[in-house]
Amino acid sequence: MREKAVVTQVDDAAAAAPIIEMSGVCKWFGEFQALKDINLSVASSEKMVVCGPSGSGKSTMIRCINRLETHQQGRIVVDGTELTDDARDIGAVRGEVGMVFQQFNLFPHLTAIENLMLGPVRARKMSRNEARERAEFYLERVHIPEQADKYPGQLSGGQQQRVAIARSLCMEPRIMLFDEPTSALDPEMISEVLDVMTELADSGMTMICVTHEMGFAKRVADTMVFMDAGEIVETADPETFFGSPRSDRCKRFLQQILGH
Amino acid sequence: MAFVKPRAARIAAICALALLVTGCSANWGWYVVSPTTETGMSNLLFLLGGLKYTLLLSFTAILISIVLGLLVALPGLSSNRYLKLFNRTYVEFIRAIPILVMILWVYYGLPQLGNIQIGVFWAGVIALALSDSAFQAEIFRGGIQSIHRGQYEAAQSISLNYVDTMRFVILPQAIKRILPALGNQLVYMLKMSSLVSVIGMQELTRRANELVVIEYRSLEIYTILVLEYLVLILIVSAGVRWLERRMRADERG
Repeated sequence: MREKAVVTQVDDAAAAAPIIEMSGVCKWFGEFQALKDINLSVASSEKMVVCGPSGSGKSTMIRCINRLETHQQGRIVVDGTELTDDARDIGAVRGEVGMVFQQFNLFPHLTAIENLMLGPVRARKMSRNEARERAEFYLERVHIPEQADKYPGQLSGGQQQRVAIARSLCMEPRIMLFDEPTSALDPEMISEVLDVMTELADSGMTMICVTHEMGFAKRVADTMVFMDAGEIVETADPETFFGSPRSDRCKRFLQQILGH
Repeated sequence: MAFVKPRAARIAAICALALLVTGCSANWGWYVVSPTTETGMSNLLFLLGGLKYTLLLSFTAILISIVLGLLVALPGLSSNRYLKLFNRTYVEFIRAIPILVMILWVYYGLPQLGNIQIGVFWAGVIALALSDSAFQAEIFRGGIQSIHRGQYEAAQSISLNYVDTMRFVILPQAIKRILPALGNQLVYMLKMSSLVSVIGMQELTRRANELVVIEYRSLEIYTILVLEYLVLILIVSAGVRWLERRMRADERG
């Protein structure tokens, strides 16, 4: 079964049991407090877009969700598993959560298809043939099947990011995290990546995207989150968020980002 | 051989020629290693016969030292204090022992610890490998540290465990970066293997020493010895450069 069942959930049961739940999460880097009492709940199939000025803790927050950063206070529960120091729990959560990075972080010594196959073969103990089939399927899905045998250095930024998205999808996660996926791209390549992300959103994937692409946010988001100085300042549906933001900080930010 | 650069071959030829030309004056007695006479030929073959042991010694030792070096480097990259301490202690301790002293200690000293019998060859290999492993450990540590942490994060995000992350993601990239340094160590090892002559290993240097005692023509015989190492190391470094080029052929752009 290749496609996850598309959950077009409006029913109360799914809404009642969020797939990601953060409560009272705090994180410090030395003296600096990067996250202050974060409370966040993401439903299955929900698309959440997180924005805010740089240094506001957006990346740190989503990196806590698959334990690339450790939080020091509060609880994070992903699909029923609480993130603790227990390596098995961390492994279980990482198996459910895919991550796309600003800098792509493709493996430069492997071809595109080898990048995709590595996780399924090593972590999922899949046979090479099966993994290759799956990898081809996902390269097709990000519209670059013809680049399978190229090395990342031979691809454009947009193509690299799409390979990175496919690499995550190959692990068939239930949740995808995007950490400023288009910030390192030349302007003409941004839309090809956003298109792939939009298609993914339409397929029913649970997504949290840290991005400044407000056009994408308006099109895709179910929930907008605005962060500043390590706090969640505002959470709203896109219409309310863009139409009548409550806080001054959010208003100012939106003016700056949409104003020109 | 495809990987010997014409320029390197020319330099070697010029060096050899210069030696031969100056070697034609009255002070030299090339007859002692001249392939045209019977004794000369057998002397020459005796000298060249050491090549096998020099190569065997050096390559066995470097292989072991690379493995040891990696095993010592990895704890040095851990966040655990004790593992780090192990790495530092090993490196500082081994690095402080001169290679010649290490050879003497392993060959004459170690057997007295228990009833261990170590042959000349393995005593040489162990001493050389131990000495070199401290340097290999530092080279590996530097190479692994130079890999961007995004590579670890990407590996973690696709659920790779530590061993797989190292084996398939980090080390292939690190080794490519440290290849020039590894080549250096190999050249160094080939030269340092000459020290094993003191415990009687029949490698290039020992053979030259023995022949000098018989023939009393140290100038000619040691000149041949110099040329043997020169040619050997030129070939090895050309090989390393070829390997570097081949590994860089990936990931163009």
